[in-house]
Amino acid sequence: MKTAICQFKTPDDEKSGPELDLPLDINPQQLQVLVNDILRQEEELPYSFYVNDFEIQKTLNQTLKKNEISTEQVVQIVYQPQSIFKVRSVTRCTSTLPGHTEAILNVNFGPKGRSLASGSGDTTVRLWDLNTQTPLKVLKAHSNWVLFVCFSPDGKRLATGCMDGKVNIWDPFTGEQLIDTLSSHRKWITYIAWEPFHQNPKCNHLATASKDCTVRVWNVDTGDCKFILAGHKSSITCVKWGGEGLIYTASQDRTIKVWSAKNGKFLKSLEEHGHWVNTMALNTDFVIRTGPFDHTMPNFKSDKDAQKSALKRYDEVKGKESEFLVTGSDDFTMFLWQPKKKRTSIKRMIGHRQLINQVCFSPNGRIIASASFDKSIKLWDGKTGNFLCTLFGHVGPVYQVSFSSDSRLLVSSSKDSTVKVWDIKTKKLKNDLPGHLDEVFAVDFSPDGQSVASGSKDRLLKIWKN
Amino acid sequence: MPQNEFIELRQKRYGYRLNYFEKQRKKQARNRKMASKMSKRLKGIRAKLYHKQRYAEKAKLRKLISQFNEKTTKKKQKTPQLEGALPTYLLDRETVSRSKVLSQTIKQKRKEKAGKWNVPLPKVRPISDDEMFKVMRTGKRKRKQWKRVVTKATFVGENFTRKPPKYERFIRPVSLRYKKAQVVHPELKTTFSLDILKIKKNPSGTLYTQLGVITKGTIIEVNVSDLGIVTPGGRVVWGKFAQVTNNPENDGVINAVLLV
Repeated sequence: MKTAICQFKTPDDEKSGPELDLPLDINPQQLQVLVNDILRQEEELPYSFYVNDFEIQKTLNQTLKKNEISTEQVVQIVYQPQSIFKVRSVTRCTSTLPGHTEAILNVNFGPKGRSLASGSGDTTVRLWDLNTQTPLKVLKAHSNWVLFVCFSPDGKRLATGCMDGKVNIWDPFTGEQLIDTLSSHRKWITYIAWEPFHQNPKCNHLATASKDCTVRVWNVDTGDCKFILAGHKSSITCVKWGGEGLIYTASQDRTIKVWSAKNGKFLKSLEEHGHWVNTMALNTDFVIRTGPFDHTMPNFKSDKDAQKSALKRYDEVKGKESEFLVTGSDDFTMFLWQPKKKRTSIKRMIGHRQLINQVCFSPNGRIIASASFDKSIKLWDGKTGNFLCTLFGHVGPVYQVSFSSDSRLLVSSSKDSTVKVWDIKTKKLKNDLPGHLDEVFAVDFSPDGQSVASGSKDRLLKIWKN
Repeated sequence: MPQNEFIELRQKRYGYRLNYFEKQRKKQARNRKMASKMSKRLKGIRAKLYHKQRYAEKAKLRKLISQFNEKTTKKKQKTPQLEGALPTYLLDRETVSRSKVLSQTIKQKRKEKAGKWNVPLPKVRPISDDEMFKVMRTGKRKRKQWKRVVTKATFVGENFTRKPPKYERFIRPVSLRYKKAQVVHPELKTTFSLDILKIKKNPSGTLYTQLGVITKGTIIEVNVSDLGIVTPGGRVVWGKFAQVTNNPENDGVINAVLLV
């Protein structure tokens, strides 16, 4: 039997265990037993294994041969922990919820996955009861299309922005407005980002991006505008509040700017794109969105406990390096950055043949998915930006993508009126979910992995479950 | 200064008479009485002219009054346009005009209505062979009369090759061949220039269908792939039927209605 000398390594390049002489026909399941033994885990945890960034799918031998890796040297096998829970794929539509009288523009699950809000062109925001799958509340205060809805990471507030540039803060349980409408923006709201939970467990700060070239940071308790981030020359398309005290803004003036979240000071500008920057994603997006809540659905005694949990989750995903940022643009390219470290990009990711509408990091930060108007979704490595594969299947521009919380599934919505579920491991289409009668504008995977919600131009909200 | 303007001259030299303005005021006040008397008294064409003039004056006055009022009255706030809502990522894009992309919701409405095969033109005038074909005389002495020339518009497929003239019974003139049709979408009320794929049925007979003759009422299949129609399953629709609504041989263009 042929053997190779192998060395197990963590994703952060630390050796674990001694060098081992392994048979070449060893498969991932056997490797998993081995690693669990080396690390002395009490329970067996799932891992995936990589040699030079190539995943071991069937046997070690196959991977080595396919990618022409020599066994003369010590083979470095990197093991990456998988999430210990598994989200079951959604396969059917459990309910079709009418109510909105215009196209649904945005849907968002709460951080625990127990509440759901949708914003529509009929100026209302609707809250839905996920247990009974019925309408819960209709929130009326906006005077124009509601473009963006976003739950705070503690789940106690809901921010909505509309076409008139007004922002409302709601209590998602009672459906009442918490403070007066924030109406300083002169043009429509494009994006809303809450302050990360591990930095401020009160969750009372909010950044809103607008077409009027500014980002405003608000104190939601008082309704004051703390500071304005002005400097972009064109409409801002996206704002992200990072976990390291930085605010990132992407704009149609081709730049990404980095600001201090403490006082709104301008720090640096990232300029490599050749056209509008449409979208942006952090590798910590998911943990920032869900704050302290994970699959165990913990109840926290105090804010301190919750903050600790949020910080732990954040550090786990971030690892030792600083945050990664990926941007997608109208020039058909994407860039991977590490804005805290340096001003130049790590990698230019090319391959799409149309503009990129959305990019999304998987919750564990290892995979980037990009949705493009060229009808395809591409997957990229989250650390290096290397191309992994293309997912074909949609016959219209892909509008939105969303990962499941275990990073094993991806759901996408498209202009062709379908929602599709993709398996990340096999890189194939898992489920095709037809049913909408028109373009599907918004899709969101529930953080608890129970359901997917999609909103369409046909004015219906659909909930998909296993 | 002209000779006859003696009043103005006097006013210039000695000023107005003492009761001048008073008289003017009274005259002005009495004016409406005069006007009403006039309108009662006048007859015939003079009355007509007079009333026309009065009407114009009054209309002008009313306009002026409403202009003054406009400043004080509260205007209704413009309600924002709510239809055709778009998500943020599509707002700045020059999307294809909405009518180009067919909305499935419209289709849904159509389904609710009864009657599946309601053709827009249910009855058409039958066309005889005499009208459809012109006899072409052939042969050296022009004695033979077995060739026919189609006098209507035709659609000839892409890969059509003529038969040798000896066997060619029907001639379809090039000047009456068409590749495109102007198709109206009845619910969107917009027109598209679409490629004809084939002739589905000519109501006057199967022979005409085979020949590809296009007359009023003919069902044609058109290429709608540009319109971006998608089935609920997410497939792109390629061909759709349409009915011709005009007489193409007279108009030089084919107008048709899409059968949705």
